[in-house]
Amino acid sequence: MNALSGRRYVISAIFIVVGIIYLMRLFYIQVLNDSYKMSANNNVLRYMTEYPARGLVYDREGVLLVYNEAAYDLMVTPRQVKQIDTIDFCETVGITKVQFIKKMKQVKAYSPYKESIFEKQLSKETYAALQEKLYKFKGFFVQARTLRKYPQEIAAHTLGYVGEVSEKITKKNPYYKSGDYIGVSGIEKSYEEELRGKKGLKIMMVDVFNRPKGRFKDGMYDTTAISGQNLISSLSARLQKYGEQLLQNKSGAIVAIDPSTGEILACISGPSYNPNLLVGRERTKNYGKLFMDKSLPLFNRALMAYYPPGSTFKLLNGLIGEQEQVTFRETRYPCNRGYPVMGGKPKCHPHPSPMDLPGAVSTSCNSYFCYVFRSIIDNRKKYPNVVVGYNAWRDYVLSFGVGVKIHTDLPQELPGNVPTQKYYDKYFGKNGWKSSTIVSLSIGQGELGVTPLQMANIICSIANKGYYYTPHIVKGIGDKKKPRDEYKIKHYTKVEPQYFEPIIDGMQGAVDHGTSTSAKLKDIIVCGKTGTAQNPHGKDHSVFVAFAPRDNPKIAVAVLVENGGWGATWAVPIGGLMIEKYLRDSISKPDMEKRMLEGIVLSTEKKSKDDK
Amino acid sequence: MRKTEEGIFRNIDWVTVIMYLILVAMGWINIYASVYNEEHQLITDLTQKYGKQMIWIGTSLALALVILIVDGNFYAAVAWPLWIFVLISLVAVLFLGTEVSGSKSWFRFGEFGVQPAEFAKFATAMVIAKYLSQLDIKMTDNRTKIISAMLIGLPILLILLENETGVALVFFAFILVLYREGLSGNFLLLGVIVVILFILSLLIDKIILIVALAVISGVLFLFMRKTRQNIILLSSLFILSSVVIYSVDYAYNNLQSHQKKRIDVFLGKESDIKKAGYNVNQSLIAIGSGGLTGKGFLNGTQTKYDFVPEQSTDFIFCTVGEEWGFVGTAVVVVMFLLLLLRILFIAERQRSPFSRIYAYGVASIIFFHLMVNVGMTIGLAPVIGIPLPFFSYGGSSLWSFTILLFILIKLDAYRLEILR
Ligand SMILES: [Zn+2]
Repeated sequence: MNALSGRRYVISAIFIVVGIIYLMRLFYIQVLNDSYKMSANNNVLRYMTEYPARGLVYDREGVLLVYNEAAYDLMVTPRQVKQIDTIDFCETVGITKVQFIKKMKQVKAYSPYKESIFEKQLSKETYAALQEKLYKFKGFFVQARTLRKYPQEIAAHTLGYVGEVSEKITKKNPYYKSGDYIGVSGIEKSYEEELRGKKGLKIMMVDVFNRPKGRFKDGMYDTTAISGQNLISSLSARLQKYGEQLLQNKSGAIVAIDPSTGEILACISGPSYNPNLLVGRERTKNYGKLFMDKSLPLFNRALMAYYPPGSTFKLLNGLIGEQEQVTFRETRYPCNRGYPVMGGKPKCHPHPSPMDLPGAVSTSCNSYFCYVFRSIIDNRKKYPNVVVGYNAWRDYVLSFGVGVKIHTDLPQELPGNVPTQKYYDKYFGKNGWKSSTIVSLSIGQGELGVTPLQMANIICSIANKGYYYTPHIVKGIGDKKKPRDEYKIKHYTKVEPQYFEPIIDGMQGAVDHGTSTSAKLKDIIVCGKTGTAQNPHGKDHSVFVAFAPRDNPKIAVAVLVENGGWGATWAVPIGGLMIEKYLRDSISKPDMEKRMLEGIVLSTEKKSKDDK
Repeated sequence: MRKTEEGIFRNIDWVTVIMYLILVAMGWINIYASVYNEEHQLITDLTQKYGKQMIWIGTSLALALVILIVDGNFYAAVAWPLWIFVLISLVAVLFLGTEVSGSKSWFRFGEFGVQPAEFAKFATAMVIAKYLSQLDIKMTDNRTKIISAMLIGLPILLILLENETGVALVFFAFILVLYREGLSGNFLLLGVIVVILFILSLLIDKIILIVALAVISGVLFLFMRKTRQNIILLSSLFILSSVVIYSVDYAYNNLQSHQKKRIDVFLGKESDIKKAGYNVNQSLIAIGSGGLTGKGFLNGTQTKYDFVPEQSTDFIFCTVGEEWGFVGTAVVVVMFLLLLLRILFIAERQRSPFSRIYAYGVASIIFFHLMVNVGMTIGLAPVIGIPLPFFSYGGSSLWSFTILLFILIKLDAYRLEILR
């Protein structure tokens, strides 16, 4: 046997070799290879997002415009689903068995262990019915989340709506994860960062059955959710609602601004829709319906539609003429039912002639402002040729916030259009145009495109005698209750204050005894100007701009009724009612109010219009 | 012979006893950590596994004491009757036993259960020692080989019938004992080659492995004497190796398929196919995430939160790896290695062949358990449900290893008495 005792070393060697192999393997997986640590975290850590409450929106008088309503998503952890009564379940949730099987397949494919949404935003009735039975459906649970609600059911375009983020956004902005909500339009979009707050993160440890086992490192890496900031909108809910009622069964827009601050009091685009339609489960369906609607309810006319300003533009031409020292209060021009220089074109309506500047404004004399326009552009003492003259004129117009974006806090704002010199060069050829070629600009026709918001802003500048605050829809953010800084800055026009008096006199005259008498109010001096925007597609648009009271103006309003014909027919009464409603909260002309509320202006547009 | 209180501990190998106690204590602490329950923080809480393990440890120590009290001659004398008794139990349990997860290997006595297969290990170790220690026995005789094979094979067969594949495999460890007693090294070599190929084919791509083997065979061919016998031997070895590599590769790569399911069901390993791969993966994650120094006592998440299956029994090593890191696993592996080498040292100092052969049996069984149990947690061995000696939770396992080791300690203490 002694010969065999050497074999102990062989056996010892086997033990030692196996031991060393194991030690090496352990060193490799424990010290050298890091992937197992990641896998361990994947196993045990669950990152739970805490969603902050989205900020609320109030109107300027404290009326709640937007709040959050609890909604319930039915969640499922597929692995925990065991022996449920499928028929009962499907009946309660309101789905078919085929849908059930399909959905279970989908969520299982995502992960058998992790929870996923089974059914989004249960109705209240479904939730109530389900809650009683939920204990029977193992693996299913309900997660509360919030939906936006618009209790006043007004200002759909302005307030906007929220929707799930697109993949494009989640790729660009790491804050958003798939399934998150984001403001898509209106205030919801432009104040997204203020409204959304900040998401919190809770890191939980779970066991193999996904049951929570406590905070990871006692919550050292957790962050708490910060609620979104509340906003105070400059809107007056009662004025907005009233305006929407006045504009019902009509197409067009009303914009009302407080000239002393630039705060938008009402911003109406008709036809509109109930903002609650674009919330929750029915959103996609309703959106499709609104999208297909021929009357374009989704189109925000107040900010995006270009209209020729019509006679309201005479106010600007008068002001520019005065500043250019070519027109004065006492300047008089003849009118022979038309502009004599060009053989009576453009035409004019019968009125005493010749008139001074305020009188021409009150009566809206076409001929007068053709003279004014010509004297500005053809002022050869100052401008060597028509191009220089035109560009000088154009700069004046732009200083009133026309033809450029004014950078309001609502998305989708468009700049409008004041043709450039280049445009005319291209259209008529270089040196191929003169003041008479473009004389229609003097009465607000031609290639001009102005949005209703810009019209209202022009009136603000006139009411303020030479400056405006950028119109904005949010006057208070969060606890500070202040608007964004850029909305506290005065923007001066190129017309000095002393030149506004004759124009304002003319506007007052227009309301007192001229073209806009239906906007007249007892004890409040209203200054206004009608317009009839020529419309090549159908009946002309009815336009009215006004502000009141004359001293310390509190409201400037622009009203546009598509296919409304003469300004005096629809736009003036509606503008007058808006002013009275805002300043007095009572209506002194119920007959007129009734006529406006019940009036139907049918669209006479020949083809689906793209107002751009 | 004097049997005083003092006499019980006379001449016993304290090094082994202390290593045993350390391993048992480490096992207990890790069981505590692996199933730690905040509502029952006391390690002695009898409603929890760690409380129950305390009972098993206590009874094991009592058992050890009894073994030391009994006369040293007793064990060699009862080897045959004990082995036969165990065989009868193995048969009886097939008819009278309680079925637990597909295998019929437990006798139930109320709360407690006894698994005869566990006790078959030391009974077989003793009976082989008894048989081979006879004066006229030579390992080189074919008769001896056949009888030895039967002594080992019979319990294997019965245990396989019970559907306890893992326990049955342990008996192949006795090849080390037979080798020590004179079995040709070729058998051992063959076994070692198969094991090495097995592990290599799990770690290395089979094509690379076979190319490497072909290169080695080519080099050997160039330098060896080119007799016909040598060429046949070399080529058959190469073919055999390739077959082993391919079959292991096949078995492993088809884990998810139906074949794999059949193989597993045949082996009685798992009824749920996905579980086998899942277990190894989770076990690797648990150990791997421990890093160099571990997550700290009671801070293991993978084991505590049930990601690792059987974390207190077959996969107890995962808790060591996760909470104590490489430092912990190295200490445990080295502790076992030292224990094994100590047993070999004890074996070689015996005058009685029975004691020596038995000692080798003990070392072989512990080694096989260590190799397979730790190997499966780190992906170097297939998932075979056998416990880590002294560590894993459970009475039968702890009792049987205690008996196994303390009979050796008693025999070792008694060696001097024989001289006297
Ligand atoms: Zn006229």
